[in-house]
Amino acid sequence: MSQATEYSKKVMDHFSNPRNVGEIEDASGVGTVGNAKCGDIMRMYLDIDENQVIREAKFKTFGCGAAVATSSMATELVKGKTVREALEVTNKAVMEALDGLPPVKVHCSLLAEEAIHAALWDYATKNGISIEGLKPPVDDIDETEEFYEMQGE
Amino acid sequence: MEKKLIYMDNAATTKVKPEVVEAMMPYFTELFYNPSSTYGVAGEIAQEVDKARETIADFLNCEAREVFFTGGGSESDNWAIKGIADARKDKGNHIITSKIEHHAVTHACQFLEKNGYEVTYLDVDEYGMVDPKAVESAIKSNTILITIMFANNEIGTIEPVKEIGRIAHEHGVLFHTDAVQAFGHVAIDVKEMNIDMLSASAHKINGPKGVGLMYINKSIRISNLIHGGGQERGKRAGTTNAAGIIGFGKAVEIAASTLEERREHEMRLRNHMVSRVMEEIPYTKYNGHKTERLSNNASFCFRFIEGESLLLMLDMAGICGSSGSACNSGSLDPSHVLLAIGCPHEIAHGSLRLTISEETTLEDVDYTVDKLKGIVERLRSMSPLYEDFIKKGGND
Repeated sequence: MSQATEYSKKVMDHFSNPRNVGEIEDASGVGTVGNAKCGDIMRMYLDIDENQVIREAKFKTFGCGAAVATSSMATELVKGKTVREALEVTNKAVMEALDGLPPVKVHCSLLAEEAIHAALWDYATKNGISIEGLKPPVDDIDETEEFYEMQGE
Repeated sequence: MEKKLIYMDNAATTKVKPEVVEAMMPYFTELFYNPSSTYGVAGEIAQEVDKARETIADFLNCEAREVFFTGGGSESDNWAIKGIADARKDKGNHIITSKIEHHAVTHACQFLEKNGYEVTYLDVDEYGMVDPKAVESAIKSNTILITIMFANNEIGTIEPVKEIGRIAHEHGVLFHTDAVQAFGHVAIDVKEMNIDMLSASAHKINGPKGVGLMYINKSIRISNLIHGGGQERGKRAGTTNAAGIIGFGKAVEIAASTLEERREHEMRLRNHMVSRVMEEIPYTKYNGHKTERLSNNASFCFRFIEGESLLLMLDMAGICGSSGSACNSGSLDPSHVLLAIGCPHEIAHGSLRLTISEETTLEDVDYTVDKLKGIVERLRSMSPLYEDFIKKGGND
């Protein structure tokens, strides 16, 4: 494995000193994407004020170096943005902000984008509002339920 | 402290011993001649190559003419499987192997499947053991080869090779073993252990990269993999890698004389490492067999975390390890070995293999475990899986 040399300095920086790790209690929106079977799960917490501005973003991630770095960067990018602006934080934007990713890790940036969308969807659903251009998250974390059952000790 | 590099990946490759380098050096410079050439200076090199062959033959308890040098372990595995498949194609087209073989064996078998051969991939138990009885029941009238590894590269389990070889011979089937991880670490007697063909590699035992060997019992007819000149008794073409082979011979000579003391040293440190990890890091699985395993191998799965992240953080702490996580291989599936021993995908992603050497010290091991503890804790604190597990009251 040669990921340590394939990753950009920025990726390694966000991996070794990830920004905004943690949970937000009573978050305005929470989104969990990915699945444990494939080795990546991202959970994003958003605290959104009454003007639909993201005050705070936190994450927890199970995954590789790129998964951690893209989560960290995604939280940085959405902070201070309105929900509409946050929708424009695409996987490409996350990747560019990290000075690129190795080709096999591009899916991590997609997961980061999905995590933002899933958290926004949760926020929109909870508050009965619709955000133009936001689609419901794809539910592919079914296996995690089996995972917990398997883990029951 | 952080700058010191602790190498715990000796199953990947080993450091070439200074004595080995010294033995090789003249064959790059003043003794650069092609050993196949006619002039006297070249002939002397050929004699040195044969001395290395004899050293290795003694170590395996076979004849020098049964040892063939190759370009490495993967080449030897490919040669054994494809060479026998071709040479015995009139006798049958069925091969028996296991689900935990090295990719050099598995992918060679898959290649043959695409070309009309039939392959049985035997299950292993939770410790990675192949059941000799399962081997026996898999044998059919068209079976031409059984290939089961001597010791597994990821989890270190040592297979019941002697018994599998006995069964193979009882049924008139050839037995090949990929001994790349075991050779030089475990005493191997090919006669006593009923082995017809064996693959090994120099760089796993403090020798150079790019040199391997195959022991082929003299009664066996095998097709060539590399066609060309008459080197290696016409079975493996290509200009003799004199320096590499002579280095290989030196490495075997040293390995043979230090085998027992190395084993004891590694076992003591490995067992210390494993008991500390299992006591101090919760939600950890120790992979492989407790006793029937390579002395330098420790393999773990840490739940709720992912292997590449773990390796990157160990690397930052100056520790070199390896993982069977998907991210390590570029595919979505984690190690086929961990899946075969019954690790669920989710847990197999969090695997770590640490393989020590005679140079590893108690301080190295303790430093590694101390760092590992902190890293696993840190990654778990970032893991949504761990968060959910704790919220569901999973805490012990």
